[in-house]
Formats: sequence, structure tokens, C-alpha cells
Amino acid sequence: MKARLLTATAVGAVLSASVASSQSNELTLCWAAWDPANALVELSKDFEAQSGIKMNFEFVPWPNFADRMLNELNSGGQLCDLLIGDSQWIGSGAENGHYIKLNDFFAAESISMDDFAPATVYAYSTWPKGEPNYYALPAMGDANGWFYRKDWFERDDIKAAYKEATGADLREPQSQKELLQIAQFFQGREIDGQTVYGASIFTERGSEGITMGATGALYAWGFKYENTPGSYDMEGAVNSPAAVEALEFYKELYKTATPPGYDNAYMEQSLDAFKSGQVAMAMNWFAFFPGLAADPNVGGDKIDFFVNPGQNVAASTLGGQGISVVSYSDNVEGALSYIKWFAQPDVQAKWWSMGGYSCHRSVLEDPNFVTSAPFAGDFLEAMNGVQDFWQEPAYASLLLAMQDRLHNYVVADQGTAQEALDGLIADWTEVFEDEGKL
Amino acid sequence: MTDTPILRVARATPPPLARRLRGLSDRAIAWLFVAPTIFLLLAINIFPLIWTVRLSFTNYAANRPGREVEWVGLRNYERILTSEAIWSNMQTTAHFLFWTITLQVILGFALAWLINRKFKGNDLLTTLIVLPMMLSPAVVGNFWTFLYQPQIGLFNYMVELLTGTPASSFSMLGPGGLAKWSIIIVDTWMWTPFVMLICLAGLRSIPDYIYEAAEVDRASKWRQFWTLTVPMVLPFLMLAVLFRGIENFKMFDMVVLLTGGGPGNETLLASIDLKREAFEKWRTGYSSAYAIILFVTVFGLASIYVKALNKVKER
Repeated sequence: MKARLLTATAVGAVLSASVASSQSNELTLCWAAWDPANALVELSKDFEAQSGIKMNFEFVPWPNFADRMLNELNSGGQLCDLLIGDSQWIGSGAENGHYIKLNDFFAAESISMDDFAPATVYAYSTWPKGEPNYYALPAMGDANGWFYRKDWFERDDIKAAYKEATGADLREPQSQKELLQIAQFFQGREIDGQTVYGASIFTERGSEGITMGATGALYAWGFKYENTPGSYDMEGAVNSPAAVEALEFYKELYKTATPPGYDNAYMEQSLDAFKSGQVAMAMNWFAFFPGLAADPNVGGDKIDFFVNPGQNVAASTLGGQGISVVSYSDNVEGALSYIKWFAQPDVQAKWWSMGGYSCHRSVLEDPNFVTSAPFAGDFLEAMNGVQDFWQEPAYASLLLAMQDRLHNYVVADQGTAQEALDGLIADWTEVFEDEGKL
Repeated sequence: MTDTPILRVARATPPPLARRLRGLSDRAIAWLFVAPTIFLLLAINIFPLIWTVRLSFTNYAANRPGREVEWVGLRNYERILTSEAIWSNMQTTAHFLFWTITLQVILGFALAWLINRKFKGNDLLTTLIVLPMMLSPAVVGNFWTFLYQPQIGLFNYMVELLTGTPASSFSMLGPGGLAKWSIIIVDTWMWTPFVMLICLAGLRSIPDYIYEAAEVDRASKWRQFWTLTVPMVLPFLMLAVLFRGIENFKMFDMVVLLTGGGPGNETLLASIDLKREAFEKWRTGYSSAYAIILFVTVFGLASIYVKALNKVKER
């Protein structure tokens, strides 16, 4: 009996040792389920071949991504060794100890943040903002941009009709107001026997959609979160006359130039509306542009891209993410080795070629970069003027408050733009008071 | 005594449970058997409830483990009970509850009344009618989103066909006041068969001889319906109302998939709002107070209702 017990124990020990060994030879990378994630799977095969570490991937659809991943982090879960988390999570990741601080690692491995575009380092890596404390490596640059039906814009009959209706030439919009005018022109127009509409924009309520869409207008009008950065002094900034005008503009765009029933739309719905030939223009993240350019129905010669048009200033809503090492990982060493590999210039160049948006300056400053894709120049221009939402640890409460206020005003017709922004200040003040920052 | 193999086996065999328990009272044995269940109940239900009550008096946030937890007294309760937004959500919930239950009871009873008659294809029709309730709420939410789509949705197309109103001129899930009725339509479509089945059980439990006696007394069909059928089915109906009431008070998945609580807050039910406070905004203390208020409301209403149900049964 004793002999059998000993044998069983020994077998168990061997098995558990081999399991532990196989675990340390695997990494799980968590991200959203979208086109760039598929590119990263392909790219990571090189890492697997070089390191012998097997890569696993956990991709969650965007509407559930924040919920799922923040729950995972908050519960100290060990699902993810590496997380490509949204830029707004960096404050929470740093302050709550979810992400490992990477300064010492970067110094030891000679990874310099100067090699990455400054806007991306600021947005994706640092906490507190702008301080040289790095919790992520910029992994995926992104901003909210626009694309349109170039084939329609180039048709003589449509150009003539536009000229007659507005007195202006039909072209890529140079301002937000010109964008609205073009969108209204296309709204309800018959093209090739089909009724088409002006633009597909973000109106989604549940996660972050309408905030990401409306800030495209707000930033272009000069919207600021605070009068003085870091002061949480929002009165007069968040609800400035320019901000009110921008929000009224976004509502007019929604009411007069979007397809029917377009009241809860985000990335997927925007892509569907464009790909099905319903709209002349659409907003979406640059991350989707490689797929759109290659689309057999609306890509190629039929599509072109433009950066979010300015109004009072040139500005775009920031997307994109940095890659962080989760502090609860049982394979921190392996995760760091992945980051070291990913930071190499040749890997970054391959990342861009496969559809990922590298933030490495060697890629972005390459003389051939602008001509390497039809949207590459727009991407560079957008990244020069990106602005991001609050990155505070309480960002989720701040975001949901803005979602509610904007959706209630823009989509549900409740109150005025001034009331929506005044209310937003009240909501945010309450959050910052709870946080002890006011 | 010789040490025979039989004796060795006898010694190695554990004494029966009864002998080992000998000396314990019946009450102690009963407690012994019930103890694991009670332990599980305490661990899974009672302890979390007590813990939630405790958290409801603090500013605890589950996503901020390092932050000092402060005792805030009744502040969370005060904020909830004086919040216009929360009262509005409660009204939305009450509107949803009232109309879904009313429609489901009327339609469910009517369907049961029709199905209870003997005709060819009765069984097949019953099976077809109960199909919606067998579907997952997630599936129902998704495909009704398509049915309600203004441009390609079958629902809008049918409305255009029947009334001449252009399909793309209105959005059932968008602004315009139709969204709160849209979720009622979907819930009624899905759960009327459930009420029908309960009513059918009630109708089939009424013995034929009662109707025969009424016929002998020359009672009209109308009188039979009101004085025999309705009173005898009433306990079943009330049970259905209780089940649907509790279920719909915590309605979440289907409405989230259909409207996400929008447009604006038009379909923001209390359960959806609670989830957002607890697991999206991570205001754990505040949402604990919110949960306690909802719990007390449901528990109080259900207790009153069950007492009424028992009285009806006793009649």
C-alpha cells in the first residue's frame, strides 16, 4: 500500500512539474477581437519560432472587451500574461497595481521610449500623464478617421448636382461643416437605383461609441476637459460655447445625415453601412482601413480616406493601445521577452506591413511610409493631433457619464447641448469628489 | 479465540452507521444531515447578503483594492432615494412589468382557453406556440433587433404593408417613444406561452362533472366562465403572475441586446442600471445599497402577493 502511495505521489509530482514547465513555456495575450489582432497572431509566429514559447490568444469582441478585461484585472485573474489594453486604462492599471512598471526593464534592455512617436508614448505608456513612468509599450497607434465612396465623389452627374445644390465643388471635406454639407447632400439620394445616406457615425450608448464619435467634433471645435491640465477645473472648458456648438453640430449630423434606425451604432454598424453601399462617408478607427482598402466590393478604386476634418483646430480622437505585462501573470519573464522582441525595429516594420499600426519612429519616419498605403499619410496627420479621453483610474465612471449625457441629448432628444454639458460637469465633479481629487 | 479469516474480515468491516450514531438523539441526527445544506446556504446566500448590507454603508470600490474604505452611513441610500434618474428607472421597470404581465395574462389565458378545446392538430399547435419560450433570451434579443431594423426588418415591413406607414420612417428601437413598447412586445411574444401552459394546467384540472352540473342547472356559458372557470383557474393565474413578475423585475439580457437601455434612458430598467453601477462604474458600496433597496422592494411585494395567493387558494 505504502509503495503504491509513493508511486502515485511520484507520478503526481512528475506530472505537476511537467505542467508547470509547459505553463512557463506559454504566454496568453489578451486583446480585442478585430482585424489587427489577426495580424498579430501571424506576426507572433516569428516570436514562437525564435523563443520556443507558445503563444495563446484571448480576443474579446469590442462591446465586451472593457467589461471582460477590467473584471479580469480587478479580480487579479491570471488569464492574461500580456494585455493590449485601451489607453484610458493606464491610470487604473498603474494605480491599482494591475500593470508592471517597465522602466527598469526598458533600461536593462536598452529599449528607448524616444524611438516611439511622442504622442503614442504619452497616451499609451505613461502614468501620471507625461511623467517618465512607463506601464506599456506603444503597440497599436490608432485614431478615428473617415473614409468615403471615391467613385461617387468622382461621378460627373453627382458632382454637377452637388455644385448646383451648394455652389461648391464636391471634394474631401476640409472642415466639419463641409462634411455635414456633403453628408446632407447624399442623404436620401438615389444612386444606381438605391437610396443612399450621408454618413455613418458613432451613436452607440452601451460602451464608448457616442463619446468616441462626438469627441471628433468636440476636439475640432477646441474642446478641453480642464481649464488647466491636472486641476480638474472643468467649468468653462467642458461647457464652453465652442463645445456647445460642436455638440449641436454632431446632433445635426446624426439627425439629418445618417441612415434610418442608426441610433445605437459603433464600429461594426459603421462598417456594415459602408460595405453595403448605404452611405457616402463613414467614420471609424484607422485600424479597419487596411481591410476596407482591400474589400472586394467597396475597396480599391472605390474608396479613399481622410483625416477627421478640423473646424477651429485640427484634432482627432485617439484610439490605439499599449501592450502591458499583467502583474498577476505567472510568466512575467516570458511576457517581458515578448515585449523585448516586439520593440525591435524590424518586427515593428513587419507589424505595419501586416496591417498593424506601428508607433515606432523608424517605421513612421521612413520616407516610403506615406506612400506605403492609401491611408498612411492621413494616419500620420491624425496622430499629430490626437486627443484622448480622461485616463484617470475612475475613467469608467467618467466615460459612462459622458455616454449617458451625449446619447440622451443627441439621440434621445432630451434637453439642450448646454444642459448636457453642464450636467456632464456635475457628473464628473461627483466622480472626482468620490475619488478625493476635488 | 482462534483468529480465523472470517473473524479478521468481521473486525475490518466498519460498524454500521446506526451503531456509530448510537447515543445521538433523533434531533442531533437530523441536524447532522441538514448541517451541510445549512452551511452551503449560509456561505452562498446569507453571508453575501449580510456582507452586501455592510458594504452598502461604505464607499468601497471593488476595482480600487488599495483605497481606504470609509464608513458613509446612510449616504448611499439617501443618494439613491433622492435620485431622479433612479426613480425614472423604477418607473420604467414598473411600466415594463405592468404591461408585460397584463398582456401575457390576457393572451396566455385566451390561448389556453382555445387550446383546451379538442380539435385536430391541437398537439402540434401547442408545440408551435411554446417554441418562443424555449429560445435563449440572447437569441431572441438578437433576432428581434433584426426584425425591428427600419430598412430590412420584417416588423417594419409588415407595419408598412398593413398601415401604409413607410418602413424606414420609424424606428422601433430608436427615439420616438416606441422603444419601451418594443421590449414589451418581445417579452410578451416570448413568455405568453409560459402563462398559457400554467393556465392550461389550471383549466385541465377542473373536473367535467362541475360543468355538467352547471348545465343541469341551466347556467349559461358566460355564467359558467365567470363563476366556475375563472375562480378555479385564478390560483394558477396568480402563480403565473408571481413567476413572471419576479422574472421581469430582474430582466436584463434581452433588453440589453435590444436597446442597451436606450435610447436615452427610455428602457433603462433598474437591473440594467444596477449592473452598470456595480460592474462598469465599480461603485460597489453605492450599488450594494441599490441592490438592497431592490431586494427589499421585491421581497416585500412578493410576500404581500403570496399572502393574497394563499387566501385565494383557501377559498
